[in-house]
Amino acid sequence: MTATQIMAAMLLIPLAGAAAGAFAPRTIAKHIGFASSLVVFGLSVLLAWEFPAWTTGAFWPGNADGTLSDGSSAVGLGVTFTLGVDSVSLLLILLTTFLTPLAILGSYTSVRTREREFFGWFQILLSAMLLAFMARDVIAFYIGYEFTIVPMLFLIAVFGGDNRRYAAIKFFVFTFVASVITLAGLIYVAAMRADAGNEWSFALVDLQQFARESLSKEQRFWVFTALMIGFCAKVPLFPLHSWLPLAHDQAPTGGSVILAGTLLKLGTYGIYRIALPMAPDAAVASTVFICMLAVIAIVAISLVCVAQRDVKKLVAYSSVSHMGVAMIGLFALNPTGVTGSVMYMINHGLSTGALFLCIGMMYERYHTKDMDKIGGLARRMPIWAFFMIFFTMTSVGLPGLNGFVSEVMCLLGAFMAQPLAELEYPGMMGPRWMLIAGIGSVILGALYMLFMVGKLVWGPLKEPHGHAHHGDATVPARGGVHSMHETHAGAHTGGAGATHAGLAHDSPHAAGHDQEYPLPPDLNVREICILTPIALLCVFIGLQPWPLLDVIAPSARETIAGYPEAVRDHLADLAADAQLNATTALLPATGTATATGTGTAPASSGALGSPLVIAP
Amino acid sequence: MTSKLALILPEILLVVGAILVTVLGLARGKVWRDSVPAVTIGLLLAACCLVPVVTTDVRLASAGLLLPAVGMYAKPLILLVAIGLVMLSVGLVDRRLELAFAHGRAAFDAIRVMRGEYHAFLLLSVAGACLICNAPDFIWLFLAIELVSLPTYIMVATSRGSRKAQEAAMKYFFLGAMSSAIILYGIALLYGSTGTLQLLAIQDVLAGQAAGEGVATLALVGLVLIIIGLCYKISAAPMHFYAPDVYEGAATSLAAFLAFVPKIAGFLALILVLTAVGWSGHRVAIDGELVAIGNGLPRPITALLWMIAVLTMTLGNIGALLQKSVKRMLAYSSIAHSGYMLIGLIAGPGGPSGISGINATLFYLLAYALMNIATFGPLASLERNGEEVETLDDIAGLRQRHPALAWVLAIGAGSLIGLPPLLGFWGKLYVFSAGIQAGQTPLVVIAAVNSGISVYYYLRLLSEPLVSQTNARSATVVSTPSIWPRVASVTMAGGLVIVPLFLGRVLDAANRSTRGVAITTVDQTTELDQPAPRPVAAVTPDAP
Repeated sequence: MTATQIMAAMLLIPLAGAAAGAFAPRTIAKHIGFASSLVVFGLSVLLAWEFPAWTTGAFWPGNADGTLSDGSSAVGLGVTFTLGVDSVSLLLILLTTFLTPLAILGSYTSVRTREREFFGWFQILLSAMLLAFMARDVIAFYIGYEFTIVPMLFLIAVFGGDNRRYAAIKFFVFTFVASVITLAGLIYVAAMRADAGNEWSFALVDLQQFARESLSKEQRFWVFTALMIGFCAKVPLFPLHSWLPLAHDQAPTGGSVILAGTLLKLGTYGIYRIALPMAPDAAVASTVFICMLAVIAIVAISLVCVAQRDVKKLVAYSSVSHMGVAMIGLFALNPTGVTGSVMYMINHGLSTGALFLCIGMMYERYHTKDMDKIGGLARRMPIWAFFMIFFTMTSVGLPGLNGFVSEVMCLLGAFMAQPLAELEYPGMMGPRWMLIAGIGSVILGALYMLFMVGKLVWGPLKEPHGHAHHGDATVPARGGVHSMHETHAGAHTGGAGATHAGLAHDSPHAAGHDQEYPLPPDLNVREICILTPIALLCVFIGLQPWPLLDVIAPSARETIAGYPEAVRDHLADLAADAQLNATTALLPATGTATATGTGTAPASSGALGSPLVIAP
Repeated sequence: MTSKLALILPEILLVVGAILVTVLGLARGKVWRDSVPAVTIGLLLAACCLVPVVTTDVRLASAGLLLPAVGMYAKPLILLVAIGLVMLSVGLVDRRLELAFAHGRAAFDAIRVMRGEYHAFLLLSVAGACLICNAPDFIWLFLAIELVSLPTYIMVATSRGSRKAQEAAMKYFFLGAMSSAIILYGIALLYGSTGTLQLLAIQDVLAGQAAGEGVATLALVGLVLIIIGLCYKISAAPMHFYAPDVYEGAATSLAAFLAFVPKIAGFLALILVLTAVGWSGHRVAIDGELVAIGNGLPRPITALLWMIAVLTMTLGNIGALLQKSVKRMLAYSSIAHSGYMLIGLIAGPGGPSGISGINATLFYLLAYALMNIATFGPLASLERNGEEVETLDDIAGLRQRHPALAWVLAIGAGSLIGLPPLLGFWGKLYVFSAGIQAGQTPLVVIAAVNSGISVYYYLRLLSEPLVSQTNARSATVVSTPSIWPRVASVTMAGGLVIVPLFLGRVLDAANRSTRGVAITTVDQTTELDQPAPRPVAAVTPDAP
């Protein structure tokens, strides 16, 4: 099989699986979903096995071989549906195909109504995500990127919690509107390129080359802004993040796993793959702004997490904070930071995905996510407690586990990105940014995560009032579950005035089906099988990050190839401004001083952390 | 003359067919009466097959048409979509009367049956839309537009046995008459300025005026009036107010008809009128010197269309946000989509390497036709106690009883949103690309924001049938006895999914249809007193 065939098969098998599942008996829909996602995982491993360019940062197959349509503009408008992967996209594909079967397996017992739809949408989601990661054509990318929100809409709106409709619509509107703006930016570049006398093309390389070389600085800035609005809403970066906690809170476990594990990575991947290479100067100019937002996200959202009582919301908010670290790494714009950021994407996908799985397993047994209602579960569920603590440790970045490597690299990248023109990779940040981000992510992150796990796992055993354990009880205590929901409603911090009335009848999570899938007090074999591979991978990456770093670094270098130059230009501009300001300040006629004196940085760049030293 | 007649053979077939259908509808035998929709569909299909047969390059070249090839794309589109629209209305007209006949509660009464007339008027209206493609002059154009509109007034009144329909018909008729008067007045003014009604001659005269001191004010006023009058046909602001009331009053399947046939007729007419104005560079006198102000329509016309487009999409989307009735919501959505399509017209035919905005609009019309039936169709296939379903509540949880219809609605709504990879996405992509390339970036940004707003109400249409549970209202909704509305809906939804796979061919067809129009870029060095070169009108089959 050629690479293109493998990739096409990876895109089509989930769709075929979804179609087959739609007509299959209700009870085997989940097995079909699991099988097809497993096949896709196998194919992705095959693709990785055949992949020849692990250490070169090149794309495979080349543009001409990877196209699915026959002619250059067979689809019209120069849309070609070219597929190709480099090491980073392949790693993210592996992450996606690795997490999806586990998420499907994790939803085996929690989804009890409309199984065909649930597992069908899951497979369609897999296909859409893979298309986004494989595309070498921005329209193909956009189709995958945008279509992911449809399965997610249904996963949340049909199978979510009691406020699911609101959460789903908010999620859809937020991400759709933002990505339409991204699309407008992409069309703009393509239209300008066609206007300059070229054939219409939406191929990524063509657009990036044209944007870098032929657009004016101002045009590039607007294009970059348009692209970033869409991608940052997906990441999500601080002011655009408000859909995420709600969506996570309401999504079913499997949906949360994929949402946190891979969907958010589409945003950072879009920045990494499309936005950064397209407009180096605009990216440099907006670095300070974006990093400020990222730092606000890290610190402020961490504080929000400290106050959170709902476990799932806490992990969701922590995702926002963690993705802020990834953004800091990405916008360090040096190989260390960018490599660390890509690594962070993968590690965050693993650890947060696993945390959501763990919380889902707890929720399935206790039907509550409220930390005040539940505690000391180590006594009841020792295996679960082990995994919960383990994944918390990976999430807070315990040395020896995967989270540590990437977090340190992101912060190190930010530290190294100093505005010194003589550095090989100068940047716009510096030690201060790194310090604030580090305090936020390491100290506060550890604080709230450990606080959560301490409440849940240790201390005296506390189970919801009236809770009769499903594993012990032959008849589930429906009344108990009801009262639990009612008390849960009181402590629920959800945004839109959720009413819990009727949840037990309406929601797929409702009690009443428990006899169908009895769960033991502690994790069963299936659940252990879900968590173990993730845990092993976390340990492996933590102890042996080098193979991963070696394959990410070449691709990262390609992405930020134009950056040292762009940063030097930007610094030179700043210095010129500073000199101009200084000279005008010295003139007696102007009166007001706009800068403190000759040779120092202007006020705007004073916050950069270190004085500008510019080679003349 | 014979070549002109030969070109309109499909329309002649439809008109003759209309008489045949009227007679059939009056037949005493039930079988004959029941065959009316089938005969109508057969006629439409035959006309559609006839189009490529009668359309030869020689005939087109001698017919004196402004856009000779546009019929090759537009006519089959109109005729094929009309087949879908006929399918939607099978079993609609005379349903109670026929039941009464069948049960012997009433004796057959030729005066009371309507089915024949309804389908005859439908055929006439479709014939009018097709005739617009062949209009060599304004008289023909105006008559064709009237032929589209007049039957629809009667169809609205007879489609439903309720007062609401008659009220809607009256509104539709009076406003339509006013718009016709405005168009006619505009034509008169244009005639006064140019001295001719031939589109080709007008093009020459206007190009001459433009190359001289700019298009005469009288001609501009005439054009403005024509455009505003045509806004009624495409339900664009400021003439859009009737749409929600009329669509709500008319039967659902007829609302789908009104949202497409007059709209495509209006857009074809607009394309012809604007092509006559020409997208070549217009010059104005500034300080005694003639200065080219770039390519495009005359400034006032561009400004007018710009404002119409922005107002149309914004008012349409905001109006739709406030609706509870699905039919009214879709009416406003139809208004909003007219606004998107206007972007293509503002963009114009584009340069030699560029995307033609006209083609983009023609392609969008195809996409809209499918989406239109895919969203109105399921509503037309459902009823409660013989009454139409209208609110979102009625279709809540549709999935549980009519899964296919629920999915059709979801696909239609998704396509209206512009979700990739459905057809609506490609339509928007094409129109937006043309707009940006023509330098209309702000307009495209406004449109993008608007399609963001539209997500909210389309999402209700998408999620209500699939996500919600059946409620007390929707539990009593059943499908109509006839299967054909469902067949049409499912086919169109299938088209929304499948046509993108053949996008290249469809786009090619749209591109070929406007061959002959191109920006004749005015070089600064050419002599100013010469009229701008006229766009090539002859058709060359293999030209790129």
